[in-house]
Amino acid sequence: MKMKAAESLMKILEDHGVDVIFGYPGGAVLPIYDAILKNDNIKHVLVRNEQAAPHAASGYAKMKNRPGVCLATSGPGATNLVTGIATAYMDSVPMVAITGQVSTPMIGTDAFQEVDITGITMPITKHNYLVKDAKDLPRIMSEAFHVASTGRPGPVLVDIPRDVADTMIEHPDDLTVNIKGYKPTYKGHNSQIKKIVKALEKAEAPLIMAGGGMQYAGAGDELKEFAERIDAPVVTTLNAISIFPETDKRALGMLGMHGRPAANYAVSHCDLLISLGARFGDRATGSVGKFAKKATIIHIDIDPAEIGKNVRVDVPIVGDVKIILKDLNAAVEQRDHSEWNSKVADWKLEHPMSDQYGNESDLKPQKILELLGDLTRDRAVVTTDVGQHQMWTALHYDFEKERTLITSGGLGTMGYGFPAAIGAQMADPEKLVICVTGDGSFQMSLPEMATAIEHCLPIKIVLMNNSSLSLVKQLQHFQCDRRYSGIDFTANPDFCLLAQAYGVKTFRIEKEEEMEEKLAEALASEGLTLIECIVSDKEMVYPFVPGKKGLDEMVKFEKLK
Amino acid sequence: MKHTLSVLVENKPGVLTRIAGLFARRGYNISSLAVGETDDPDVSRMTIVVSGDEVVIEQVCKQLNKLVDVIKLTDITDKEFIGREMIFIKVNCPDAKARMEIMQFVDIFRARVVDIGKDTMIIEATGEAAKIDAIEDTLRPFGIRDFVRTGQIAMVRGAKNPKHPKKSN
Repeated sequence: MKMKAAESLMKILEDHGVDVIFGYPGGAVLPIYDAILKNDNIKHVLVRNEQAAPHAASGYAKMKNRPGVCLATSGPGATNLVTGIATAYMDSVPMVAITGQVSTPMIGTDAFQEVDITGITMPITKHNYLVKDAKDLPRIMSEAFHVASTGRPGPVLVDIPRDVADTMIEHPDDLTVNIKGYKPTYKGHNSQIKKIVKALEKAEAPLIMAGGGMQYAGAGDELKEFAERIDAPVVTTLNAISIFPETDKRALGMLGMHGRPAANYAVSHCDLLISLGARFGDRATGSVGKFAKKATIIHIDIDPAEIGKNVRVDVPIVGDVKIILKDLNAAVEQRDHSEWNSKVADWKLEHPMSDQYGNESDLKPQKILELLGDLTRDRAVVTTDVGQHQMWTALHYDFEKERTLITSGGLGTMGYGFPAAIGAQMADPEKLVICVTGDGSFQMSLPEMATAIEHCLPIKIVLMNNSSLSLVKQLQHFQCDRRYSGIDFTANPDFCLLAQAYGVKTFRIEKEEEMEEKLAEALASEGLTLIECIVSDKEMVYPFVPGKKGLDEMVKFEKLK
Repeated sequence: MKHTLSVLVENKPGVLTRIAGLFARRGYNISSLAVGETDDPDVSRMTIVVSGDEVVIEQVCKQLNKLVDVIKLTDITDKEFIGREMIFIKVNCPDAKARMEIMQFVDIFRARVVDIGKDTMIIEATGEAAKIDAIEDTLRPFGIRDFVRTGQIAMVRGAKNPKHPKKSN
């Protein structure tokens, strides 16, 4: 069938189940926007700054577990996508980013709004393409979706010159993808499986470390079975939070720089660490040399390049963690490690997270998140921004259901949370979507309130306002001898008034007594809602592991007796 | 230690940038890189000589393999292979005596004189890195005016060459 390349593009998007694109128009994408107009099945969400588009696509992708799509014009449109693409790359988010490019005869001439976006995004995409010949577009788009969503997922960028999008082409019937240099491994090698089984038989203190890859593999059920079978506790990285119910007796929660005490102790004391789809990022390991020193390390990952990159590994196995866990569950006999488990349970009892609230202040952000968890963990998806509120969410909310935390882990991108919530809500309009944010992060995405209002998205924004960049402040407190530099917001707006100007319903919580009632009321209210919590800038995230220290050398909050 | 990697890649624009960028970004050192089309015009072969310890080389290989445009990578360091570099050296030869001497050296190294100017000569030589180094050292006393050296190209002996993957259809 003959059609314009831009129309062929829309057809391929549809074939891949895309029902929404987050984008921003411009000169170089006129043909694509023209094609969007002609399409009835794909909704376009007009963001207010291109940076929100990949974040929203990321939120969408994490909800649906399939590629989110964002679209921007050439030049500044494309460069505004960069942070979001890098964010997606670091967290292995499946995404297809489409950019317009100046017409092919103009490429390389420093034309108006020309930028080499494939060059710029080379280090932050799984793969990228510049479409020079219109007849290649259908194949390239199909490859883009294939690469983005298979193996270790990641963002793929396709740069489409304006004249290419406008060219009439034959839309092929057969779009089977065959990329010579891209054949991910899914099935784990049998001999490695046997080695793992042997290691499990020898272990007396095994520990499971789940990583973000578990979410994409959708291996929550297999994980639960595995944990029971080998009778081991489970720690999670930030990106894996919610894959294993934190209310479960085996759950130790997040490990790492701001890990829970029991989780970090377990890592330091286990004799076998089974890593599932985690990349041993520095925020999870603390000082690598001191990480899980007593343990044999098993590394299960779909990306061979992750194995042995950051920590020494004793038994590596490459493949899809869901498939490998199924194999392991079939091969491993029921184990009993009650001694080890009771030791771990003691750590949990000795160091409850309520001990880590930090100094007394009027309205404890940690308590708000604990309450928020109690009110919503059975039904909500929570997105966060980056800062203290993010760590408190990770530590105090107690997630229960798979894939209910959406956060920027690897890149730590402020401004991610709210647009990600927009994407998540677009993916599932019926879901309760909560965005936990801070006054620093929220100010990076304020204009997107208009986007959310426009699409009647009933997101609940929980804003921790302490007029300060207090995670940075905390770093300066400990690392710069309390020299606080550039962290005060002395002229913050009245966030409630500002939100009201956008048509957002607002609540303000200032005292602990009003917390419960107001939070419940706000969560029950219709439409986009802002819940501003006025919290102290003296709060700290506890525990924390100082630089170059091992996880068991974490600093915990000591309560004044 | 130096490793020789034989890499088949898609013959497309930008592939060299992807590979060079990867080395730069991850702090790996390329000693030399030679690239050219293979008998299949869709595929190029890169011969990359890279230095680093085992851990680094393992990462280099894995990261290269991760690139979608890399079709097949073989570390041939431990295999029996033939490796060759090629050079042009432009040396001073002010008089007949110098010319005679240079030509003698050229004979010994089985190199070739490819150009004679008023007071310079261009020598072409191919060989393993050590031989190329020796030629350079020998000719240096005459005064080297210009020097061009390719990266190494390499091929495994016998039947077990890293072959092109069979193309479907």
